[in-house]
Amino acid sequence: MTPPTPPTNACDTTMTTDAPAALSPTIFERTRPGARGVRIPQDNHAISQDWLNSIPAQMRRTDAPQLPEVAQLDIVRHYLNLSQLNHAIDKAFYPLGSCTMKYNPKVCDLASAHPNLAPLHPRTPDALAQGSLQIIHELQQFLRDITGFDAVTLQPAAGAQGEFVGMMMIKAYLQDKGELPHRNQILVPDAAHGTNPATAAMCGFEVVEIPSGLDGCVDMAALKANLSDKTAGIMLTNPNTLGLFETDILEISRLVHEAGGLLYYDGANLNAIMGHARPADMGFDVMHINTHKTFATPHGGGGPGCGPVCVTETLKPYLPSPNVEKTDSGYRLADVGEKSIGRVKAFNGNMDMVVRAWMYLLAYGAVGTKQISTDAVLNANYLRTQLRDTYEIAFTGVCKHEFVMNSHNQHAADSRINTLTLAKRLMDYGIHPMTMYFPLIAPEAMMIEPTETENKDTLDNFIAAMKAIDAECRNNPDIVVTAPHTMPIKKVDEVGAARKPELNFYCCR
Amino acid sequence: MDTPNTPDYLQNFLPHTDADRAAMLTAMGMTSTDDLFADIPAQLKNIPTPQWLPKHGLDEWALQERLNQTAKRNTGTDALCFLGGGAYHRFIPSVVNTTAARGEFYTAYTPYQPEMSQGTLQVGFEFQTMIAELTGMEAANASVYDGGTAVAEAALMAMRIQKKSSVAILRSVNPEYRDILTTYARGLEHVTITEVATVSELQALPNPSQLAGVIVQQPNYVGTLEDVATIRDFCQANNALFIVSADPVSLGVLDAPGNYGADIVVGDIQPLGNALAYGGPYGGYMATNGKFTRQLPGRLVGKSKDTDGRPCYTLTLQTREQHIRRAKATSNICTNQALNILKATVYLALVGPTGLANVAQRSMERAHQLAEKLVQLPGVALTFPGKPYGFEFAITLPQPANTVVQAMAAHNILAGVPLGPDYPEYANSLLVCCTELTTPEAIDRYVTCLTQVLANATATPTACASPSSPVPTQPLEACAR
Amino acid sequence: MPATLASHIPEDALLIDTHEYVMVDDTRVRIGISHYAAEALGDIVYVDLPAIEDKLDKGDSFGAVESVKAASDLYMPITGEVVAINTRLEEEPELVNDDCYGDGWMIEVDIANDEELKTLLTPQAYADLIENRD
Repeated sequence: MTPPTPPTNACDTTMTTDAPAALSPTIFERTRPGARGVRIPQDNHAISQDWLNSIPAQMRRTDAPQLPEVAQLDIVRHYLNLSQLNHAIDKAFYPLGSCTMKYNPKVCDLASAHPNLAPLHPRTPDALAQGSLQIIHELQQFLRDITGFDAVTLQPAAGAQGEFVGMMMIKAYLQDKGELPHRNQILVPDAAHGTNPATAAMCGFEVVEIPSGLDGCVDMAALKANLSDKTAGIMLTNPNTLGLFETDILEISRLVHEAGGLLYYDGANLNAIMGHARPADMGFDVMHINTHKTFATPHGGGGPGCGPVCVTETLKPYLPSPNVEKTDSGYRLADVGEKSIGRVKAFNGNMDMVVRAWMYLLAYGAVGTKQISTDAVLNANYLRTQLRDTYEIAFTGVCKHEFVMNSHNQHAADSRINTLTLAKRLMDYGIHPMTMYFPLIAPEAMMIEPTETENKDTLDNFIAAMKAIDAECRNNPDIVVTAPHTMPIKKVDEVGAARKPELNFYCCR
Repeated sequence: MDTPNTPDYLQNFLPHTDADRAAMLTAMGMTSTDDLFADIPAQLKNIPTPQWLPKHGLDEWALQERLNQTAKRNTGTDALCFLGGGAYHRFIPSVVNTTAARGEFYTAYTPYQPEMSQGTLQVGFEFQTMIAELTGMEAANASVYDGGTAVAEAALMAMRIQKKSSVAILRSVNPEYRDILTTYARGLEHVTITEVATVSELQALPNPSQLAGVIVQQPNYVGTLEDVATIRDFCQANNALFIVSADPVSLGVLDAPGNYGADIVVGDIQPLGNALAYGGPYGGYMATNGKFTRQLPGRLVGKSKDTDGRPCYTLTLQTREQHIRRAKATSNICTNQALNILKATVYLALVGPTGLANVAQRSMERAHQLAEKLVQLPGVALTFPGKPYGFEFAITLPQPANTVVQAMAAHNILAGVPLGPDYPEYANSLLVCCTELTTPEAIDRYVTCLTQVLANATATPTACASPSSPVPTQPLEACAR
Repeated sequence: MPATLASHIPEDALLIDTHEYVMVDDTRVRIGISHYAAEALGDIVYVDLPAIEDKLDKGDSFGAVESVKAASDLYMPITGEVVAINTRLEEEPELVNDDCYGDGWMIEVDIANDEELKTLLTPQAYADLIENRD
């Protein structure tokens, strides 16, 4: 018997001239007809078929779906092996700007699996769901403390849906005042998150892009030039996407309000200012929060999220319905009233995320919450100051929780090098790339957000890696240009994938 | 260094010691972390003391105690559950949650860097394939927020494809889904959403050729099966897209919508291994055919090759999305329900085709068994007699359903979802759901308790046939809706 | 150099500053995008085109062209009715990269007003414009 051949290095393709195999077969290719991953409940009783005749034959399924047939251990191994092809916060540094990739306390994660929380049906009568309703209500109050607003909804399923809710509330408010359709322009800085203009468009507003000034902040002259009796509002994040605090914010809010518009705060960057400043005090009328960024819901590979929306007293009547109310006899889900914009998500929002955020805020308290922002800003500035002699930083000055540098110096050393090549090379150092090419106003942007949960050694290691890559750009540029070298796969043919999309195993076999 | 010392207890989550902070400030040429916030106007920094958020955080043990104390007020989790209406009490195999708890899946972000995200990407590809198989369609996306937003996104998608601004939806679609559609439609100018009560009302609509699509739920909200063939014919005759919202478990027994001519199929994946969790997170799936694929909102995972020719996966068709198209994106959505589709994928791998069919069959069998017993009770009848149904059915009671729900709750039974709040003409109707977790004993207990509740309509409820059923301590109020 | 840029463009093409061209011959009027624009977009992966019989005004968007990381709207250089679309682009969007003035054309139109052609840029004027922008 020949011993099995030891596996070759995943990246070493010199052994064969044939195209290399996939890293892992799909679960469909592991099928062994008749195999079963789990016994379903009550399978010791035969299922009677009497009822089946009541369903017309043409409505019944005759072709079984081609789902996998795999035994349990093989399923466990399949997905565990897939998991190991991922980079993750629990594994290593993840300085993805604008995404706040912080550590999520495990105690918060486990909380949502509590036996009195996980199996609770969303249509449970209020009297039997007092615990969950209390958690919702308490989190709403905590968020009021942090943001300075008067009322909160936890219904939106993610930040982008929170934006939709906030902008729909602005629309409903203007409609009530009889100012629509005339007042239909939403001002959005050119550096804004892509969701901002997309949301304004979804709500039927006309998007007016306003340029940023040379300092990266809102250009006050451009703002004034675009304000008019058509201004419905402005969408801002503060600090902005360059990580800079809009120092003119009070003047901005005065001007927009004077023009008759409202101010929307994109809470994506809330992690920078908690305990240091509150959006409501800056003059904002409505904001959303990304609990998966600020309050440590794990990102889970891209979701789920949760996008609470906080508003002033003026906008409160427009909140989505229903909302939690505290009465003498306990908590209840109450209709918000006629002015409500309606419902955006079935049932009671993403309750698991609500539980996590509630636990998180109880774990940190007010003192800890402020320290989160202090340390997040400290870490970002530490990286900024240690790297600014090596990488160009177009917008200078103290940053908040993130900053943007570029690859111009490295491109000057070798014209094949740009932000994308540097990012791919960073992978070889075991670090997830920063956010690239955003914001659009910063050419070749590399947006770095370390978060507060990374220690000094991790930051120093990142600084060393970035400096080493810079040296490589001068001494050994080929290794940068052809990176990554240590990942399970090389660069992906995204053009081919987009020209002829293969989205289904059975269609593209 | 004049930064005040940080409380020690924060060092479990915040790694810096005060010495670290001092060293970093020195390296930056600063003396205090206050310097980092010098750009914030002084008047903004004067923040009032929090009213509700406690000053200091709790340690992990105290936190767990607080959680236990609060969570145990959810007495509903101790009751027998016959609630459905879009969220289902189903068995979740252990492997689903142990797999989803892997930090590599749990704490990764959107797989924008395929070299570092093949795990999440391949799961997305497997999920898309499973949904395509279940629905009988060619391609599915990697999810949107939930079944309700999937209905709304399908309506918007149909209007984009058809370049028309009107959609019809049957009133038998989940009322919350219809509410969401209404909210989304309100954002856009000149969009008309027409609700029709019956198929004949649909057929009688004026100007049917202006419809971009027709939305139907199969089985519908009240559990019965719609005449999908007639609706399909209507759509085809009027060049409207045929949009079907389908519970994925029901597709273990019912025909795949692709087989009966659906253009877009949507639904909620909660029943596939996702906890009820009082409403979320769940996940909405969307599937379609051919050239409509490019109009799907949300993330899509495509199969590709790397520069060595190795098969691999990547996010594709990203130009539809908000981070590139901005104001012209197909949707503002920028998350998907990655963790929930992972659970759904593992669930479907575990149960396989036979298991899924068995889950659906068992649920439907139990529903029919319960319904047959209930209609024997005096004054109780099926609300829609003669209509075929799956694992949910509506019964008409001799008194308002709300009252019965409260009385049954005192017996520790969540008896169903009253139809009255959404369909006022059915104030005495209750939507009852059975799943593969409904035992013959649970059915007997439901029948016994309902018998008693109806007999003692005005009397104080007393404990019925069940052994130890703890009676909720909270005062009973109006039901959830 | 302007000469190089202009030399990529067929002599009978007329252009606008958003990079769409019109080419008129005896039998038909075709619209597409310039070589310069196709190069700037990179590998084109998808072209979204209007329906036949769509009536579009000068300046209206008639579709979009997409690369992996960018999408650009396409604008009508002239007013007219769409009489044909290049269905080959559905399967072979790369034709726009390879042969934008030939097989990579996008739509064929019936011109509403010939006078509008006089407002368009000659290859040299277009090349000068682009060159001055850079």
